[in-house]
Amino acid sequence: MSDTAQSFPTRVDISLTVNGEPVDARVDVSRHLVDFLRLDLGLTGAHAGCEHGVCGACTLQVDGEIVRGCLMLAAQLDGAEVWTVEGLTETGALADLQAAFVERNALQCGFCTPGMLFAAADILAQGGQPSRVAIREHISGNYCRCTGYEAVVDAIETVAGARARGEEVSA
Amino acid sequence: MLLFTLQKAGSPEDAIAAAQAGARYIAGGTTLIDLMREEVERPERLVDINALPLKDIRVEGEDLVFGALARMSEIAAHPDVLRLQPLVAESLIEGASPQLRNMASIGGNLLQRVRCPYFRMHDAACNKRQPGSGCTALDGLNGGHAILGTSEQCVATHPSDVAVAFVALDATMRVRGPDGERSFPVEELFRLPGDTPHLEHTLLPGELILEVRVPGGAHARQARYLKVRDRASYEFALVSAAAALEIEDGVIRTVRIACGGVGTKPWRMRACEQALIGRPPDRANLEAAAKLALEGTRPLAHNHYKIELLPRTIARALEMAGELA
Repeated sequence: MSDTAQSFPTRVDISLTVNGEPVDARVDVSRHLVDFLRLDLGLTGAHAGCEHGVCGACTLQVDGEIVRGCLMLAAQLDGAEVWTVEGLTETGALADLQAAFVERNALQCGFCTPGMLFAAADILAQGGQPSRVAIREHISGNYCRCTGYEAVVDAIETVAGARARGEEVSA
Repeated sequence: MLLFTLQKAGSPEDAIAAAQAGARYIAGGTTLIDLMREEVERPERLVDINALPLKDIRVEGEDLVFGALARMSEIAAHPDVLRLQPLVAESLIEGASPQLRNMASIGGNLLQRVRCPYFRMHDAACNKRQPGSGCTALDGLNGGHAILGTSEQCVATHPSDVAVAFVALDATMRVRGPDGERSFPVEELFRLPGDTPHLEHTLLPGELILEVRVPGGAHARQARYLKVRDRASYEFALVSAAAALEIEDGVIRTVRIACGGVGTKPWRMRACEQALIGRPPDRANLEAAAKLALEGTRPLAHNHYKIELLPRTIARALEMAGELA
């Protein structure tokens, strides 16, 4: 292997944590994060929709921030902390939101739901009671093509209110 | 996606050396990865610059300095930005979605490619994608296209919102290349399409954006961004206006105006500014000055509406800035 090939590899080794578990992998540099999670790790919660960073179905959390998993190369994530909907379901961090989505019929086919939950959790993490306009703005990068957004906004608004009042949440 | 290789740079020197060896810089990846998937961009080598120490946001006097790798969301939420440069924060929040703002770097934002649909459509001619192939937008669906700075080769608008704010506020940028560092106004980063629409910026080969500096002042604190678009969020501008005002004794002392969605680059409206100096910021004066933005405009078949929308957007943005007082 020439020096150039070594300094410009097509496969790289990464070590990261996914849902709190350490993961070591050798990945093609062209593997995006969602394919890495789905195809290599079997975590199918993050969905590959448009794969152009537009639809939001691939939304997940990297280093505490919500991102587009389809526009992120796994090879760039050495040392990163990744959370998917599977992980946050297990920790219970989304339990009240998930219950509210079911309660309010905020999903139909469910394809957008994992991404929508992350966008929702992100605005809720800011605390307080966001307005419906602010909620809409925050989920504007997450497309739903069947239920529509009214019920999703209802669900997020409900959980924000419950959390602001410090109510016990049933999962 | 075509095959490529990826290297990580530990220092600006590493990054620049890799770029000299043919690599393209990648930061947030929100434009590049998307266009690589489309095979519109076909780099064979990437160099990841995310580890470089170019992430800080700092205040120097009233100026704000943004490291090139500071994320849109970090800048938009920064208390000093909100205090000293509300226009910068507002223009950032009006762009993209929360996920994309968390990823996209400020340097990459300025270098994002156009959103003309034909640029991504391999079966349509596009001089940007393939020089000399023609411009489908000239006689195509050009409702979203530019009315200023166009050529027979290209009529695509520059899509950035924050670039409009930077151009309005006389921001400068510092870059480093193989031959050292230089600084220049952000406005000079952008090239008009002319006969070479595939050349979009004035960076020299290997040059890396280090930081953007936005001068402060009373006008920068009284400044707004108005973005008119087909839907209320997560959409590019049909017309946008950044307006900054300093009013003293009832008359306009300082004013800065730049517009997006209308030009092939972010468009500073100097004639409008000059017409307002020394005048009271009343509706009649704002409207009269805003009309001067139309000088040199060349509408296409489907974007005539921008001729009316542009001065209205400027006048309203100025009013909004005035209301901050």
